[in-house]
Amino acid sequence: MAEKTSNKSVFLNPLSKDNPVVVQILGICSVLAVTAKLEPAIVMGISVIAVLAFSNVIISCLRKTIPTNIRIIVQLVVVAGLVVIVSQLLKAYAYDVSKQLSVFIGLIITNCILMGRLEAFAMGNRPFASFLDGIGNGVGYAIILIIVGFFRELLGSGTLLGYQVVPQAWYDAGYCNNGLMILPPMALIVVACIIWVQRSVNKDLQEK
Amino acid sequence: MNKQSNVYTIIYIIVLVVVVGAALAFTAMSLKDRQTDNVNADKMRQILSSVHIVPQEQSLTVEVYNSHITSTFVVNARGERVDGDAFSIDMASECKVPAESRRLPVYVCTTDDGATKYILPIYGQGLWGPIWGYVALDDNGSTIYGAYFAHESETPGLGAEIEKSAFSDKFVGKNMWKDGRYMPVTVVKAGQKPAGDEDYVDGVSGGTVTSKGVAAMLGACLAPYESFLKTLRAE
Repeated sequence: MAEKTSNKSVFLNPLSKDNPVVVQILGICSVLAVTAKLEPAIVMGISVIAVLAFSNVIISCLRKTIPTNIRIIVQLVVVAGLVVIVSQLLKAYAYDVSKQLSVFIGLIITNCILMGRLEAFAMGNRPFASFLDGIGNGVGYAIILIIVGFFRELLGSGTLLGYQVVPQAWYDAGYCNNGLMILPPMALIVVACIIWVQRSVNKDLQEK
Repeated sequence: MNKQSNVYTIIYIIVLVVVVGAALAFTAMSLKDRQTDNVNADKMRQILSSVHIVPQEQSLTVEVYNSHITSTFVVNARGERVDGDAFSIDMASECKVPAESRRLPVYVCTTDDGATKYILPIYGQGLWGPIWGYVALDDNGSTIYGAYFAHESETPGLGAEIEKSAFSDKFVGKNMWKDGRYMPVTVVKAGQKPAGDEDYVDGVSGGTVTSKGVAAMLGACLAPYESFLKTLRAE
């Protein structure tokens, strides 16, 4: 059972000092895969926020009725159902983005952040607090995705959301897009840089 | 009630699965029309890119398609027209059928300057998954006017380069017939030449298997059209 904390800290903690990606190092796989461009990163962030918030609320409402020995299965069924709904909605209303995200929307099911929050928070807290926790963790994940997507698209393709930002004059003067930024290893390095910056600002996160 | 009993557990999971299943079925049913429209619009966009037509806005795709693709029909391997709707033919399953009984879709496009182009769909295997595309021929049945290639999961930066116009534009102007003989365009490693004297383009460097897949796809999927192209040449 999680200790009693205020709703405010439930929402704000995952944004920085308890961030699921850069502090707990969860959900790294999708950060590597979908952040080569900013747009899919934003859509992925929104999808995870939605799935996380709703699955947290549903599991929290059901928490007193779920038989303990099948609780993981129940969580999985709920998450899988929500993920399929999100993926269907994307196919209907944002077809291009859903093509770019391809399997990664489906893989939200296996995103460790989801199971982690359901098991650690929603199973022991009231629906509203669980909702805030879901939104908080989702936003914490989305922020990192968007930061990484921003730098990778800017430096890798010279565009943002598909619009050219690096002026043609720079290319004429010999500037080149960094092709390495498009490849997954650079996502890891950008995440590492974020971790570095965050730990230098937040001294209590540093390991002794 | 004992929440840990087997009966409770079984009933609980059955009820849960039925509820979730019903919710999913409802979502799938209510969104199906929109999804099919999206898939069709995407296919139309691909067909149009083989003749270098890019709709200014995505929402205009269907309109642009209808104004440029003036007719579609299906031929068989002997070049005769057969019944059927060309657009709804799935090339992935059609390519498994023996060439002589295959239904072959043809899209007829009228470009802005009034010329007629024939667009033929192709489908094959790359390194990691399926690759497909469309080849547009002039009305002499030989000269390639444009091509479009797409892939499902080729390596980014290597095999995936086939979807870039830098690759597909190399096909423009190549010929499918040499001295009255059918000789499909092939793809070879940069710097090499094919065994025969057919037209060729350089493959993607670092994407050897994908490039070979494109060559095999061109060979296998265009060969059944030979009789049809012959009738075009005779006209």
